[in-house]
Amino acid sequence: MMEIVTIPPFERFYGDHAGEVLGYLRRLLGQCAEDAWQETFLRALRAYDRLEHGRHLRAWVFTIATRVAMDEFRAGDRVMPVEDLDGEPVELRQPAFRELEHLTGGLPPTERAAVVLRYGYDLPYAEIGDALGSSEEAARAAASSGVRRLRRTLEHHA
Amino acid sequence: MNITPELDTRFRSAALAEGLVDVRYDITESPVGELFIASTPRGLCRISYQVEGQDEQMARIFGVRVLRSPLDEVRRELDEYFEGRRHEFDLPIDLRVAPFHEAVLHELAQVPYGSTDTYGSLAAKVGKPKAARAVGTVMNRNPIPIVLPCHRIIGANGSLTGYGGGLPVKRALLELEGAMLPS
Repeated sequence: MMEIVTIPPFERFYGDHAGEVLGYLRRLLGQCAEDAWQETFLRALRAYDRLEHGRHLRAWVFTIATRVAMDEFRAGDRVMPVEDLDGEPVELRQPAFRELEHLTGGLPPTERAAVVLRYGYDLPYAEIGDALGSSEEAARAAASSGVRRLRRTLEHHA
Repeated sequence: MNITPELDTRFRSAALAEGLVDVRYDITESPVGELFIASTPRGLCRISYQVEGQDEQMARIFGVRVLRSPLDEVRRELDEYFEGRRHEFDLPIDLRVAPFHEAVLHELAQVPYGSTDTYGSLAAKVGKPKAARAVGTVMNRNPIPIVLPCHRIIGANGSLTGYGGGLPVKRALLELEGAMLPS
């Protein structure tokens, strides 16, 4: 029987994810991330009482954040490359990504989100697909295309 | 990454302004210890001497959109009460209890500051003179102690009987109100 996971009070959900979602949006949007961060949590709160269970809340909020960020990209203004960040400390599990992360600002938005979600936040491709509004395969393709592009950029710089 | 206090405050204000919050709560210091206080858009819904796990109870009763946020008006009236300057509370209340509990709590609210009454007398006032024990249960589950003054209800023999915040707190509140001589 599937375990029913109770939806935690919103305050706990917020406490668990507010920081890492801001970090994620900083990577995607640079210093313009704060408005997108607030919009992300307002959207989450608007939908929170309609959730059916408390599973996958982390993936869910990253999905919302990605959609908000994509809306910003589509609006086409004030996107600052990640290189412009003034050295926010970023904890990364993947050493290879740590070398490449500062270059993600040059990637197309979808590839950038896919690469950051996969290597920066360890989300599975199925959930990244949901976040990007596409499929698991498309997410995998976007991430690997993004990584290839990063490697070329790195070689070019070297 | 840490959220700055400004960003955090801005989000909480926006959430409240948009009417997205089922219950807001805060934890406040008082002369009788830490208090968990909570309000719905309809009014004060909880005061608890027990702070841990209250947010989850609120989520179960009133909805999962539970957000911490200062409750300045509640805090101000409580402060005035503890300073002895307030004898009645003017806070709207959101009571979601069974009809018998509601009837008893309604009568309880009429017991004046500085006086006491008994479980049996309260039972008689709701038309169930033999229900003193059931009234005890209602006092025990009172969701808004202090404001709904269950500390004013004592045994027929004058004993304090029991209290959610502990007997020393019950005694302290009755002493504050002048219903008991300081021990």
